Formats: sequence, C-alpha cells, structure tokens
Amino acid sequence: MSRPAPPSDADHDAAPVPATRPGEGGSGDGGQATIASAATPSTGAPKGRGGRATARLRLTLGDHLRVVTLGVVLLVLVVISFGLGRFALSPWTVLRVLGHELFGIGDAVGGQDRAVVMDIRMPRILAALLVGAALASSGAAYQTMFRNPLVSPEILGVAAGAGFGASVSILIGLDTTLLQIVSFGCGLSAAALSMAIARFVGRGSLIILVLGGIIIGAMFNALISSVQYFANPETTLPEITFWLFGSLARASMHGLIVPAIIVGVCLCILYAVRWQLTVLATGDDEARSLGVNRARIWALTIGASTLMTATAVSVAGIIGWVGLVVPHLARFIVGPSFNRLLPVAALIGAAYLLAVDDVARTATSLDLPLGILTALIGAPFFVGLLAKAGRQWL
Amino acid sequence: MALTGRTRTSENGNGETHPDQSAPGLPAASSTDTPQVEVSGLSFGYGRNGHRIVDVSLTVHAAEVCCLLGPNGAGKTTLLRCLLGLLRPHGGTVRLAGRDLTDLTPRELARRVAYVPQSTSSPFPFTALDIAVMGRTPHLGLLEAPNATDRRGALEQLDRLGIAHLAERSFAALSGGERQLVLLARALVQQAGILILDEPTAALDYGNEVRTLLVVAELAREGHCIIMTTHQPSHALTYSNRAVLMRAGAVIADGHPDDVVTGERLSDLYGVPVHVTGVSLPPGHGRAEIRTCVPIPGPSGIAPSGTAPSGIAQAGPAPTAPPPRSGR
Repeated sequence: MSRPAPPSDADHDAAPVPATRPGEGGSGDGGQATIASAATPSTGAPKGRGGRATARLRLTLGDHLRVVTLGVVLLVLVVISFGLGRFALSPWTVLRVLGHELFGIGDAVGGQDRAVVMDIRMPRILAALLVGAALASSGAAYQTMFRNPLVSPEILGVAAGAGFGASVSILIGLDTTLLQIVSFGCGLSAAALSMAIARFVGRGSLIILVLGGIIIGAMFNALISSVQYFANPETTLPEITFWLFGSLARASMHGLIVPAIIVGVCLCILYAVRWQLTVLATGDDEARSLGVNRARIWALTIGASTLMTATAVSVAGIIGWVGLVVPHLARFIVGPSFNRLLPVAALIGAAYLLAVDDVARTATSLDLPLGILTALIGAPFFVGLLAKAGRQWL
Repeated sequence: MALTGRTRTSENGNGETHPDQSAPGLPAASSTDTPQVEVSGLSFGYGRNGHRIVDVSLTVHAAEVCCLLGPNGAGKTTLLRCLLGLLRPHGGTVRLAGRDLTDLTPRELARRVAYVPQSTSSPFPFTALDIAVMGRTPHLGLLEAPNATDRRGALEQLDRLGIAHLAERSFAALSGGERQLVLLARALVQQAGILILDEPTAALDYGNEVRTLLVVAELAREGHCIIMTTHQPSHALTYSNRAVLMRAGAVIADGHPDDVVTGERLSDLYGVPVHVTGVSLPPGHGRAEIRTCVPIPGPSGIAPSGTAPSGIAQAGPAPTAPPPRSGR
C-alpha cells in the first residue's frame, strides 16, 4: 500500500474552511482534495466533475427512457391483446374502435367489432392490467420492506384468507359482488391476524411477522380444504377449485370500479413512501438515524400492499409468482431503489399478466387457469434469475 | 452552532502539511461555544437491573475527535445509541448543539447527528452512490425522492473522499475500506455537525484503518464533532484529541489522550499489562513524537528475536507491535 501523500500547500490553504452548519444547503468545498489524497493516495488524476455529473444525468434520463419504453411496449401489447381471440381483429380495427369509444376520434365502428372490443375483451384486459400491476408492486414493496428478495405478496396470509372467503361465498351461494367483498374482507383479516401475532408475540419483529404470515396462511389453507371437503362435488366443489386456480374470466366493468380505486390509492401511497422505504431497506438503525419514521413507513407499506393483494385475489383468485418474479425483473432493469423500482414493477406486472392471460384464453379452446400458467412460467424463470444473480441476493 | 474555522493551531508550524498530526494538533474547543454534544447524568438499562450505563456525563465540542475506550460491555455502544436517539434513556439529558434530544423530531435529529455503522448489509445490489445519496433523506420533503441535484451532491462527497470512481459499483462488492468510506460519504451528505462512528475500523486491514482514521481526523479539523468507539487505545493516542475511558457503564477518565490514556489506566481497564510510550518520528513531519501503546508479554510471552526475555520489561517501540504510524 502506498503511503498517504502529503497534501500540497495549495490544498492546505483550502482546508480550514468551516464545515457547513447542519440544515443549511451546500457543503464546504474546502479541503476536498486534502481528504481525497489522504483517503486514497493511489487514485489517479481526478476526472472532471462536470463530465461525471452529465454521465449521471444521462443515467437518470435512461431511467425515464426505460419507463417510457416499457409504457409503449405495454400499450402495443394491449392493442394486440384486444385483437387476439376466437374472433380475431386487426390492430387497426382495435384502434378505430378504441379511438371512437374512448376519445371520440373518427367514425363509430358498428356491430360485432365494437361489442368484442368494448364488452367482451375490455373488462378482462383491464382486470389483467390491474391485477398484474397490483401484485407486482405489492410484491416489490414487501420485498423491499422485509429486506428479503424471496418474499411474495402472499406473505401475510392474505391470499389464503381471501381464498377462504371466496370458497365460503361459493359454498353458500353468494353472487359475484358479495363474493368479492367477503374474499377481500377475509384477506384483510388474515393479514390483521399475522400482524397481531407479530405485535403481541414478537413485539413488532419483522421475522415474527413473516412467521405469523406463514402460520395464518397455513391455517386458512386448512380451512379452504375443509370447505372443499364439505362442498358439493357436483356443483360447488369444481367452482371453488376453479376459483382458487385463478382466472380473469369473471371480470366485469362494474366489478372493476372499486378495485381500480383501491389499487390506485394504494399505488399513490406506495409512491409517497418510495424513498423512505428505499432507505429502510438498508437497515433499521441506519434508516432511523437518517430520520425515517420506521413505524409509519411500515404501517403505510403493509397497509397499501395488503389492500392491493386482497383486491387482486378477490378479483382474480390466487395467482402466484407474479409478485415474486416481476420485482426481480424490474430490479434487473432499474436497480433496487424502490422509487425507481415501483413504476417499472407495476408496468412489467401489468404487461406480464396481460400476456399470460392472452395465452390462457387463446392457447386452447378452454380457458386455462391463470394461476397454473403463471406458476409454470414463473418457476423456471425464477431458477434462471437465481442462477444469474442468486449470489447477490442470498 | 458555529462550526467556524478553529481548525488549526499555530503550534504545528511546519508540520501543517502532514495529515498525520491533524487530530492531535487540534485545539481544545473554546468553552464559550455551545457544545455539540452535552450529556448529563445519562442512564440506560435493559430490564430491571440490567444497567448498561449509569450517570454518564460528557461534553464534546466541535472539532474534537472523542474516542470512547473500554472493554466489551462497558457501555460504549449503548451511549452511542442513546446519542442517536435509538435508545430512550431512563434518566438524564442529551443536548445536541443546544437542543434537547427529546425535543427533536427524527428528521431534525438526523440533520444534527450522522451515524457511521461498521458496515451495512442489504440483500439488494445498491450502488455506492445509492447508499451515499441516502444521506440526503433528512433534508428531503417527506414525499420527495432525491433528484439529479441530490445525486450530484452525493457524487461530490464520494469524490471528496477519493472514491467517485466507485459510484456505480455495487456496495456489497466493495472492499471493507471502500465501504467504510462510502458510509462516511453518506454521513457527509447528511451535513450533520456530529458524526458518530461505532468501531469504524473493526473490519479493516491496516492500510484502510489508517486511511479511514486520517479522514476522520481531517473531518474534525474542518469542524465536525466526532465521537467514535474503538478497541485500539493507540487510535485515541494517534488520531484523537479527546479520550473517554468507560468501565461498567461509567466514565472513569476523560481528557486529552496524552493525559488520560496511560499504561496504568489501560492495564487496569483491560486487565492486561500495557505500556504506553512515545515513539519519535523522523524529522520533517511536524510532530516529533507519537504516543502509542504496546502489550507487555509476560515471561511466557514470545521473545523478540535476538532479545533476551529480560529486555521485554522496557518494551518501548517493540518490533512485535508496530505502532500505527502512517507517515513513514
């Protein structure tokens, strides 16, 4: 190791500049060279600061560009998705219908084309976008908050709870709206139970919260099985089973209004805590010493993510792997900072679920269960991700 | 509280160009200033009788490097955590730059005190710049995220510590010394007058240890108030101008390291025989002498080659334990 080079006289004249007072902008420029030379004498001539700043600025622009690119890809995918199906439509037809119906551009497109786009495919595509974005962003939030890349939105038992609510609703014959409400409520109750365990048993420990979620999830899964056991094997049992596999076939426009509002509000909450959550990902003590109100950020993050997950499950059933895999994909693209991660994860999640749902409804004459497809695609994909970056995460 | 330029004494004369003697060359802060850290009668304990610190009083000024010394369990880290607001003391007060700690919001506190942990671990591949820019957090609005200006400011601090070239590297992939400098840069971005370092060199190799502590001493010269814990008494003798010895949760000595860190006290404090002695530096470095400490091996200790065991009694600058001199 080379020794610290004695700073030059010129450096020294600058050294005694007072440090900036706390809370005031700007940092003392003086003594910079002195410290740098003391710290790493082997560093060569410093590069121009201006050049580096522009490089950084370009990187920032790159981040925005990535979000815009993803947005464009998603829009293209949406248009293609409208055209896919047994009644195929050209993208041009789709654009004409959407242009007239949504923005009043061009002439009305009549008959079947309009009905297929607006009445049949619109709710399902919107539901795919909504559920995909909700699962991916709540997964990203949970992973960041728990500082654990292997966490998924189901972590607090929300999915199992919501699944139980839906099973009971089907068993006793509630209609779709009531089913959604019951399922949503049971999902929230499961999360509340997990948090109660963490609070009263673990005194707010994150590990106990995760374990509590596993316990509550297992309990509700057992309850789901018992509901299935008592269900009528001719009528309600297949319905329950199919619901649990996950599907967007039940989506309707009026049934999406409330979920859309909930997901929108929750995304805004997550966006509001995006930076404080990023800081929390480096450690509790450090985040607190940086002025982050840990309890508040935890409450907002858990609240928003849980609401979104419960909403997604109540709309589409249990669709695994999206909330686990998509955040990793997003992290590959923009890095781990949640402020950059959130929009990218939401966009990829929406696009991913839309694409998988396109496969689900067009690959065979049957409507394939979505949860099975996402698991079949997600599992090998996750192995690939592990092989590529596993050492970094674990 | 004026972190003004009381940064250099005239007594150093020709030695000014050597970073090595920066810290010991610091003057005692003048008593007319509001102290940066004022702890009085502080007590903290876990449970009923698990007292970790008892009735600790301590006043530290700007431009001071205050080394907390003491055996494991002496309460050094507990004291630091009380200063950071991470632990709520059972009794006594902490005043930071004139304001009571309990009156400060977490964000106000973070603008006064910056914490430099030994290391930080996250399963996510944050870059060095990501970590450094987090220092801006207490200055941002609650709903804000850092923008390009904040990132540029963080990059400047990385540059200042000579590690701007690491900005886009993954923090987890950096060496221990580089990580420590990144965490220091984050503390500088935080623009707090008080820096709290918990064993900053525990995981570092010798060169990085010296480099990190020289940076710390330089920051004090610029007016920061620095409180650090260390297990190396020679750190206090070489790099600090204030030493506080703690045992069983109480302060047993407090003052200039040359006065406080004596062989007798260290032997008593750590329960092993220690000798403190002066080492003369080659001329032309300003400081003629540095004090350092060496353990005194017993009769069963390993004798230096070619030296009779009887010679160990006067073990001064023994080759067995080279003092941390950086200016050779």
